[in-house]
Amino acid sequence: MNAPAKSRTAVESVLLPLLNLAAALLISGLVIKLIGEQPWRAFRLLVTGAFGTGENLGYTLYYATNFIFTGLSVAVAYHAGLFNIGAEGQAYIGGLGSGLVCLAAGHWPFALVLPAAIVAGAFGGAAWAFIPGYLQARRGSHVVITTIMFNFLASALMTYLLVHVLIEPGQQTPQSRAFAPNTWMPSAKGALGSLAGDSPLNLAFVLALLAALGTWVYLWKTRWGFALRVAGENPAAARYAGISPERITIVAMLLSGGLAGCLGLNELMGSQHVVSLDFPAGAGFVGIAVALMGRNRPLGIVLAAVLFGALVQGGSELSFDMPHVTRDLVVVIQGLVILFCGALENLFKRPLALLWRRTP
Amino acid sequence: MSSASAPALALRGIDKRFGAVHANRAVSFSAAAGSIHGLVGENGAGKSTLMNIVYGYYPPDAGEIEVGGKRVTIRRPSDAIAAGIGMVHQHFMLVENFTVLENIVLGSGGRGGMRAELNRARTELARIGRDYGLEAPLDEPIEELPVGVQQRVEILKALYREARILILDEPTAVLTPREADQLFLLLDRLRAEGKTVILVTHKLREVMAITDQVTVLRQGQVVSTLATRETSPSDLAEKMVGRAVALRVEKKPRSPGPVALSVEGLEVRDRWGVVRLRDASFELRQGEIVAIAGVAGNGQSELLSALAGLCQASAGKIVLQGREVGGGETAAVERRRLGLAYVPEDRLKEAIVGRFAAEDNAVLGRHDGRPCTGRFGFLDRAAIRRGCEQKMADWDVRPAEPERRMGAFSGGNQQKLVLAREIEAGPAVLIIGQPTRGVDIGAIEFIHRRLVELRDAGKAVLVVSVEMDEIMGLADRILVMTGGSIVGQLTRAEATEERIGLLMAGVPAGSPSA
Repeated sequence: MNAPAKSRTAVESVLLPLLNLAAALLISGLVIKLIGEQPWRAFRLLVTGAFGTGENLGYTLYYATNFIFTGLSVAVAYHAGLFNIGAEGQAYIGGLGSGLVCLAAGHWPFALVLPAAIVAGAFGGAAWAFIPGYLQARRGSHVVITTIMFNFLASALMTYLLVHVLIEPGQQTPQSRAFAPNTWMPSAKGALGSLAGDSPLNLAFVLALLAALGTWVYLWKTRWGFALRVAGENPAAARYAGISPERITIVAMLLSGGLAGCLGLNELMGSQHVVSLDFPAGAGFVGIAVALMGRNRPLGIVLAAVLFGALVQGGSELSFDMPHVTRDLVVVIQGLVILFCGALENLFKRPLALLWRRTP
Repeated sequence: MSSASAPALALRGIDKRFGAVHANRAVSFSAAAGSIHGLVGENGAGKSTLMNIVYGYYPPDAGEIEVGGKRVTIRRPSDAIAAGIGMVHQHFMLVENFTVLENIVLGSGGRGGMRAELNRARTELARIGRDYGLEAPLDEPIEELPVGVQQRVEILKALYREARILILDEPTAVLTPREADQLFLLLDRLRAEGKTVILVTHKLREVMAITDQVTVLRQGQVVSTLATRETSPSDLAEKMVGRAVALRVEKKPRSPGPVALSVEGLEVRDRWGVVRLRDASFELRQGEIVAIAGVAGNGQSELLSALAGLCQASAGKIVLQGREVGGGETAAVERRRLGLAYVPEDRLKEAIVGRFAAEDNAVLGRHDGRPCTGRFGFLDRAAIRRGCEQKMADWDVRPAEPERRMGAFSGGNQQKLVLAREIEAGPAVLIIGQPTRGVDIGAIEFIHRRLVELRDAGKAVLVVSVEMDEIMGLADRILVMTGGSIVGQLTRAEATEERIGLLMAGVPAGSPSA
């Protein structure tokens, strides 16, 4: 590629998202002004709340970990031409798998617990995504519809299991008994000491980064990833090239579900240490926004996940310090970020391109 | 020919840009009333843009349009219709399940009720029919009519709206030679009645046969406007491309070798169970080019995808290199391994991924083995890059940028890269649909030469084309398809355009021509 083309790509992938983010924050500022708070102070609170101390940063990255897993999940399906809205349910069932391993592995060494929990989590998520994938590939049932339905099924199934089967005897809260400490994900506090403060940041963050790396290698460096992307872009050309788009649909949904299923490694093994009700807490849906904003590229997803982690963490600090700024308003800010970075991603493309052409 | 003082249509300095693309640069020409004016140029020369401006699909950035000596402002198609301009698109703008009459009346406003309008149209169309000898079954639904008749309906529609200037965009692309002849007779009569016809085409034969004047466009500019009788096809081709072009492929006689592909009783049904390809049987030998002639949509596409293993045949057998091949999901892979290469008719839809880099497209379908895939399933990016660079150099693909998005290449360059991919894989049999559809004249010459080289190297080549010139230039043997069947076979020596045309029209080979 020649030099101008390269610098144009850099502008498009770095400057453009930053401009969009700035625009989203500007509008957010107006909204905050409108409800009678000082935008600049709110912005400062948001940023220090997310990144100000080691502990705050730890929380931000802890939330980001969930979003990386679900963002990658959405992205893998996207590259196969599928819109997986079911990361929420897949994360839920995957977490059950990891949780069951932890409940069973009271005396195992952690070196054995970790791979078993990863396999069980990925297997659970993949299994939950398999049925919609199979139905899409062989019966033509639209994966958007079936994955939404499977979110509800997962929710109902887990409520039943937690209320009737996994609940700790004699307790009222619908959650399992606590995992034995030997199955807990090593925390950042243990590794970094006071640097990470009291945050729940743990080894799962590193696993999420490895998953991002693995996804990148798979999609862009292997023949299977190549086939997956061909099928996603042009199923007719895939068939021509000897690739079965139906098979790709199933494989992609398995991978997608598997990635989402790893959420429990962070949320349950890293922080809650029980299987609880509704532990994905919407991370599956945030993953859609993260994938959208990260342009379905693993690096972009990691960055977008950190941004959304920061919005969650900084937002809760903000609503704590500013009584008028409720949690709902934080959701508004998130919505604006999604709007500008996702739906209106090309808003500044043309003006920027014109500017670029004028200055040689 | 009547000679009015002011030209029927005059364009002065029409200019249009789309972003960085300068589609029309100061285009000026005029067409005399009562004449047929040809507008020729390669793909992307700006013909369609220019005609779309005249018909009001988009406004020009600069320039004026005059109709009958008076300046008109055309902002939308209704302005063009009001100015007496009618357009017949390459893809007809007809409602399939409406009748002819309903289609003609559609959108032309109406005073009084629907019934009154229809009755008025009926009398009016009877008059137009008498004047121009242009009849159409007014109460038949469009979908029941052959393509040639549908086209006549489009022309009737324009005349009903009192068009004095008629723009026809590639009108013969969908017609059999016989239908094309009928169209030309009609155009001739329109001219005699004082109408002006703008004929947009890339078929030089048609330009020579029927036009009075011809304007050549190249890269958005008028190269020249000249009287048809003062020019020749090779002169026009040279002006279109900007250099001398060989219109005929050099081809030495060659005796074919053993059978490479044989097809027996092949039948293909669509998903509603309707037979699209009926009892097709033929043989393809090494060192020969067999061409399948026919109007688009007569079973050729089904034959191609059945041969490539992309659709399931409902009956019959295919023997490739002495082995009977099976169906199912692995059919395409199996046949590729047995030495079959396939270039589909619609490359954008089937043979390439427009949003992927050229280098990725240069290995599509061949990506699974060495040298593209190394150990453990990892792609060898360096080898892929080298392979693409070499193909681009050998096949003169421009610009030679492996990282460039495939969709950003011109049709001819896309086709060259697809051909490079398929031919350099060393196939024994090449099956190719519409080798030069959407390809510039310069690249056509190149592609034809490569196909003949492949045949001279002892490979078997099956070409499906709707271009008669292409078939006559390439083929050693010609099969004619119509209505889903192979209706005749001619050697190149026996074949004339007339005989092929009769076969296409359904007249059996044996019967005397009327």
